[in-house]
Amino acid sequence: MSGPATLFALPARLLHWLMAALILAMLFIGAGMVSTASSAYPALLAWHRPIGIAILLLALIRLAVRLTHRPPPLPADLPPLQAAAAKGSHYILYALMIAMPLIGWAMQSAGGYPVVLWKGVVLFPILPHDIAAYGWLRCLHGLLAYAFFLLILGHVGAALVHGLIRRDGVLRSMVGGRD
Amino acid sequence: MKAPLRPPIALALIAALLGVVALAFAWAGGWLSPRRIGGVVIANSLQDNLGKPEPGWRRAHTKGLCVSGHFDANGAGTTLSRAALFPEGRIPVIGRFSLGGGDPMAADGRPTFHSMALLFRLAGGEQWRMAMDHTPIFPVATPADFVAFQVAGIPDPATHKPDPAKLQAYMAKHPETQAFLDYMKSAPLPSSFANGTYYSINAFRFVDAAGAAHAVRWQFEPETPFAALDKATLDAQPRDFLFVDALKRLAAGPMRWHMIIVLANPGDRTDNATIAWGPGHRRVDVGTLTLDRAATEAAGDCRDYNFDPLVLPRGVTASDDPLLPARSAAYAVSFRRRAIEGPRPDALTQAGEGGAR
Repeated sequence: MSGPATLFALPARLLHWLMAALILAMLFIGAGMVSTASSAYPALLAWHRPIGIAILLLALIRLAVRLTHRPPPLPADLPPLQAAAAKGSHYILYALMIAMPLIGWAMQSAGGYPVVLWKGVVLFPILPHDIAAYGWLRCLHGLLAYAFFLLILGHVGAALVHGLIRRDGVLRSMVGGRD
Repeated sequence: MKAPLRPPIALALIAALLGVVALAFAWAGGWLSPRRIGGVVIANSLQDNLGKPEPGWRRAHTKGLCVSGHFDANGAGTTLSRAALFPEGRIPVIGRFSLGGGDPMAADGRPTFHSMALLFRLAGGEQWRMAMDHTPIFPVATPADFVAFQVAGIPDPATHKPDPAKLQAYMAKHPETQAFLDYMKSAPLPSSFANGTYYSINAFRFVDAAGAAHAVRWQFEPETPFAALDKATLDAQPRDFLFVDALKRLAAGPMRWHMIIVLANPGDRTDNATIAWGPGHRRVDVGTLTLDRAATEAAGDCRDYNFDPLVLPRGVTASDDPLLPARSAAYAVSFRRRAIEGPRPDALTQAGEGGAR
């Protein structure tokens, strides 16, 4: 590979890997907490809220980085359908990174719950108390979480196909390192 | 670069990796652990025990009445907990009186839980929610036992009554549940929501300003003198007599309770709600609850709240009682289900009995 833009900018790469860890942790925490009535339930719930808000803040920073730094282009020989899938899936990933914490925050607001970041620190509500809105948002939060997980599996699979089979520099553009 | 993997091997590796991640996710979500008890399992056991679906309603303590008022803290609680409820001052409260069971149209004349749930709105958006019963003990100690007890009482499709053999088999293994039922049989039932003492059921931990922890239970003791229902004539009472009584009393004047913190003695169990703490405990009266308004669930402001006992402010945390997280998880599932199903008009509203304010 040659040319100046073979790697994502360093802030983009750092944000990507930090958020990858947080989002994956969040999906596991979320799936785990709704499955149990043990003491893990309140413990996981207490982690779920601050990590969600952290992801929201990081996603907004990341969006700004994405808009100000041109990412490396996709390989020119990538079939148009795959290129479209790559572009489209990234739009959806960004949308979910921002929407999921907002839906969580909104649904807890609509449910009339205090949105406790940690003991003693409560976020302001972003929706009025409305149990019907809570019901729909809670449902949406769960469904989108499963969609998010499937999309991430597809994202990882595609990245590994680029790195191990096509060997076209796409994986390295996010991992970093030299040729 | 090292020699590349041949594509079929690389693809197999990728598939295996994704499969492992998906399996781990399935494990986290409980799909590989059919015996894991979550809020869904508990809520389902309550629905099955009722024998018929009641969409739109709380899965337990279904029949209720909204109340509101305030709490006047006397400052004594600040030595035990740094919770914002305790410094001298007035805190707004909403609440809900309810009776045990999942039937929204059930008759009030039953030997069941009389319950008071409260939601304190503290400074800075913090809340303290409580869901208390008039019994100092609970029939089961663990979520697994709770589910087993509900399942043992599922009505037989033919007789529409629980199978006595199944209940007996459960009781044989659970003397603590039998002890609770014996207690319910012998203990007097309060004649009104106004004159019941309401207990925290579970133990909690208070954390004071110095960071020291105190194991506690608490109870709300009424200023209204206790009077008992005549258990022999329960069936002869009008269906909604306890709720109509509460509406009438609150229209005439406020009801008051004292919040009494009971500190654990060394050796008191904090992890088992079936065991009453004996006498001889330090008690601290931390303030007075005044309820001065009531409204039906349709007209009032309590129906759309989940009185989750783990919505706690700084200075209060759960104890090691396994029922607490289970109550929290099960209430959340009940709330989520009824939120989607949509609320239904309550018994008092349907009967036109909500007018007493």
